[in-house]
Formats: sequence, C-alpha cells, structure tokens
Amino acid sequence: MRTFDRNGIHIEQCDNCRGIFLDYGELETLTRMESQWAQQQYAPPPAHGGPAWGAPHGGHHGHHRNRSWVGMLFSS
Amino acid sequence: MNDQHLPAPPLIDDLVRLAPHGGPVTVLKDTRVLIVRVGDVVIKAHPPGTGEHDMRRRLEVAGRLPGLMLAPLDLVHLDGRIVTIWPAGRALTAGDLESGDMPWEEGGWLLAGLHAAPLPADMPPAGGPDRAARAVAELAEVDAPAEILKAYETLPEFPPAGPGRRALTHGDWHLGQLVFHAGAWLLIDPDDLGAGDPVWDLARPAAWFAAGLLEPDMWHRFLSAYLSAGGSAVSREDPWRELDLPARALTVQLAATATVTARRSGNPLDETAEALIASCGRIVAAAGATREGEVFDGVSQVPGPHADVRPQRNPHRAV
Repeated sequence: MRTFDRNGIHIEQCDNCRGIFLDYGELETLTRMESQWAQQQYAPPPAHGGPAWGAPHGGHHGHHRNRSWVGMLFSS
Repeated sequence: MNDQHLPAPPLIDDLVRLAPHGGPVTVLKDTRVLIVRVGDVVIKAHPPGTGEHDMRRRLEVAGRLPGLMLAPLDLVHLDGRIVTIWPAGRALTAGDLESGDMPWEEGGWLLAGLHAAPLPADMPPAGGPDRAARAVAELAEVDAPAEILKAYETLPEFPPAGPGRRALTHGDWHLGQLVFHAGAWLLIDPDDLGAGDPVWDLARPAAWFAAGLLEPDMWHRFLSAYLSAGGSAVSREDPWRELDLPARALTVQLAATATVTARRSGNPLDETAEALIASCGRIVAAAGATREGEVFDGVSQVPGPHADVRPQRNPHRAV
C-alpha cells in the first residue's frame, strides 16, 4: 500500500491491484471540491435584467406543447 | 386574379420545373409566398409586387456573406413574380424544440456577425419597425382586446428620424430563419435585409421572454452569445435600454396578429395569445406608472422619438 497526499486528501493505493482507498470523510471532501470546481466552470449565465413590464418568470411550464407558440418561434 | 393568396396548382408545377436536377418535391410554405423544395434546391416565389431592384441588391449582399448568410443560386421571373433559387439546408423543427436542442447560441453569433459586417452602400431599409403598425391596422377588422391598442399608443413614432445606429440588419429574425447547410448554421431569407437599427433583430425573442413564453435560460443563452460575439445592438450593462421600445412594438405586433388569426378562424384566444395580451396590459401599466397623472390621449400625445419614454425599472423584481 502506497500513500499519497494531494490537495489535502489522503489517498492510499494498493501496490497489487492499483485500487484507491480513501479515509473516512475524504470522499465527501472530494465531492465538495468537485462541485466547487464545477460551479467555477459552469457559472450561471449572467442575468441581463428585463423590462419593467416583463412577466414574472418561474411559474410557466408547458408552453413547449402549445402549437401556436411553436409556430410563432418559427415564423414571421 | 381573384385571390393572389391561393396560387393555382400550375405555379407549383412551374416552380418544380425550375429545379436543375429534379428530385422529391415538398411544399414548404404556401401563403403570400410559395416555397417548394425539389431535391437539393429550394425555390421561392416571392409575393406579387416585390421590387426587383431592392431584391437584387439584397441577394447580392447575402451572396457576399459566407458563414453568415446562405448564398442564393439564381433569380428568375415566372408569371410576373420574382422567383429565387437556393441550396436546400436543414431547417429546425418542433422536434428540435422538444429535445431542447435549439441553436440559440448560433443565432446570437450569426446576428452579431451580420451586425458587424460593413453596411454596403444603397441598401434598402431593413424590415421590422413598420410591422407593428400593419398588424394593428388589421385589428380594426376584428373584436380586439383594448390592451393591445393601448400598448400600441405607448410607442413613440419609429424608426427615429435622427441618425440612429445603422447596421446591416436581417429585418425579420426568428428561429425559422436558421438552416444547417454544409456543416454550419446560416441565416436565410434576405427579403427584409437592409440598413436599420440592428436591435430590431433581437426584438422578437425579447418580446417572447418578456411575455413569459420563452424560458429565461434560452433568452440568456441567446443574448449572452450575441454579446460575447461582439454584438453591438445592445449595451452589455443594460441591454433593455435599447430593447425596451422594439420589444414593446413586437409584443403589440404579435398580440395583434394572434388575435386577428384567432378571430378570423373563429377560435378562442389561446394561451400564447393570452400571454401576449397580458404583456400588453403590463406595458400600459408600466407606461402609466411613469406618467403619473399625465393625460394620455393617443399617439399625438406621445413624446417624440428622442424622448425617453422607457418605463422605470422595478428594482424589486429579480429576473
């Protein structure tokens, strides 16, 4: 068994099977670090605001199946 | 001619004969324009009365924008109508919408590129600003909700008479104006291409977003792509400074068109029409909130094109 320390994570690797062993809580630490990285990479799109007369967004679903809405997306 | 909106079947046959190689025939559109696909080309009969001089200029410019606009193959005449011939590409379908795989980014990039292209001399004016007035004029023939006309009255005269922003503008942009051809998405349909304020190319999706029809994510993807590609029609720090007026005009136009369509077919107003009419109601309320007691009596009272008629932003609403 070999031991590595990477970014505060204590990792042990089996010399025979190359399998990786984590100590208690270190999987959670890795998960947290991954989600922090993902948030940096996939930042939410910048909010561009809206007009004073804009619809309150958030509650609208189901427009996808409305034929006239689909038609409007594709025609003058 | 009794009804030029209904082309006689021989016109379709004549269009099909214009195809260089033949192939399967599909009628793509049959309204004021007739569009058929024959094998690997699309043939479009433009509405009677289309001006040839302007059309040729627009086609010429479209043909010189590789990577941005689909280039035409030919212009011919048929029974007094202008007919244009195009390479066929793949258009978007309702199925693409269902799968959520819409090229909003590509639309934003292409429009940014178009708006950055040099504006050629002698370009006819771009379409767009006059459509709301035409749609509202048709409302007079049907029973229409009062909000639409009242929202129309909040609009100043446009386009502004003064020297505003001028750029090469598509003039009729929506998702049906994208095709996938030879490995890339391109803009099609230069019928309204011209010199104009490019913000009108963003106005239709802006109106959809403001009406709650277009999901905010889609709108932000589109606008972010447009801005990241250098799109100049709106300001990065406050895009609605430029968008507000054309988005109001498009809301009125779309609400009017949806109402006229429903009334003429005898159908009740559907969810989409209701969303647009509700948006008109909010436009009226927001305009009223900024006028505080001012008597508002129709277009003659509306401030001139350079006055700021933009409603105050509501700082309490998170969007």
